[in-house]
Amino acid sequence: MDNSVSEIRDVIFESMHALLRHPVELTDQTKIATDLGLDSVAVMDFVMEIEDKLNVSVPLDRIAEVQTLGDLVETLHNVLSNA
Amino acid sequence: MPLLDKFGPMAAQYAEAEQAANNPFSVVLDLVLSPTEAMVNGRRTLLLGTNNYLGLTYDPDVIARSTEAVRRFGTGTTGSRIANGSYDGHKRLEQSLAEFYGRRHAMVFSTGYQANLGIISTLAGKNDHLLLDADCHASIYDGARLGQAQVTRFRHNSPEDLAQRLRRLADAPGDKIIVVEGIYSMLGDSAPLREFAAVKREWGAYLIVDEAHSLGVLGDTGRGLAEAAGVEADVDFILGTFSKSLGGIGGYCVSDLEGFDVLRVACRPYMFTASPPPGNIAATLEALHQLRARPVLRRQLNDRGRQLYAGLAALGFDLGPEPSPVVSVILPEPQAAIEFWKRLLDAGLYTNVSLPPATPKSLSLLRSSVSAAHTPGQIDHALGLFAEIGRAMDFIPAAQTRRAAASLA
Repeated sequence: MDNSVSEIRDVIFESMHALLRHPVELTDQTKIATDLGLDSVAVMDFVMEIEDKLNVSVPLDRIAEVQTLGDLVETLHNVLSNA
Repeated sequence: MPLLDKFGPMAAQYAEAEQAANNPFSVVLDLVLSPTEAMVNGRRTLLLGTNNYLGLTYDPDVIARSTEAVRRFGTGTTGSRIANGSYDGHKRLEQSLAEFYGRRHAMVFSTGYQANLGIISTLAGKNDHLLLDADCHASIYDGARLGQAQVTRFRHNSPEDLAQRLRRLADAPGDKIIVVEGIYSMLGDSAPLREFAAVKREWGAYLIVDEAHSLGVLGDTGRGLAEAAGVEADVDFILGTFSKSLGGIGGYCVSDLEGFDVLRVACRPYMFTASPPPGNIAATLEALHQLRARPVLRRQLNDRGRQLYAGLAALGFDLGPEPSPVVSVILPEPQAAIEFWKRLLDAGLYTNVSLPPATPKSLSLLRSSVSAAHTPGQIDHALGLFAEIGRAMDFIPAAQTRRAAASLA
């Protein structure tokens, strides 16, 4: 597993742009629930897509801690580094 | 109210619903007339959203056993099985469930929610792994949160995705426990259980099946999906509820696992709550007897489910993937589902609204469930109302409606 933080960020931002369908500026500070309007199940579904692309499983308690896109990038980086 | 500020968006949605004339979240059945009819807002209303699959809530023998038990044992147990003792009925119901499933052990819980909460949180320990189907019920996810195991979610009804995730965990220590459902309550679809069982065997995992909506519905003797799929030997734990087919309230777990009874003193949602009351236990015992003695109820139930599903499909509604006693119409957004629901209720038909995040894939659903107690005429009547209101709201094309009406005639 040799995914750098910037590669992981690219995958996440690209997937989120595709999911939202309308143009939104995404940053590490973007809040997934309040800024993008994803509910708890939609967040888990979104993470599933990222998991497929990066061939990794993220435990649910780790997803529960995620608030911003930056948190998600960091979580995936940590899970991948320890895989 | 800073304490409740975190519910801001939810509170706004709830307030909006409260202001509407009929709020799906606070509807009151003023008087229940039968398993299929009630008085709502002063109007005789056909019930098509009760999960009363076998229609046993008014069965004379079920009522007789229940009232007899209340007279002999009182209204409540006023305590827990562990601290305050079991009643004769608790033991007899557990024996009856074990015998029905052909398993060594059965444990009865006060609600179906607690059965899931208790068994899932207790079985999976700190170093173990729970693998949950993406569409599993909230009680299963809550059980996973209450426990200390690592939780992995896999794609709904995908044995391939489950296998992929087990592969990623291959080197991780601890037991792997898979949880799926017999019939999923939102769309009425079933798990591909033979394929899941094969994955379970390949990876040496344990398999739990929640048969809450499939008990008395699927299988030659009504034991559920595991029986229907012929894989009962691969299912280590079956969970279920008394509040649907059996018309009471409570939950259970059956298993052949050696040493199962230790769970009685390890499982907190079993230990730290009052045990089910005598009248409810006696009603459930008799309802289980009826479920076994009257297979005709299962046939009637599934016939009505197919009738409703085929009728709505012919009208042009977008439905879940397969017929079952749960039939859901997929609508474009929450407001559409609430409006459709209201118009049906005003016309004397009660259904359920299911909205995200309680639904898979953020779907807005108008959910129906049929009962063995429904007559074909009642289902036809409901279809007529769906046609009329669906057409008025432009959810189904008029031309298709006419064609469907002709083919139904």
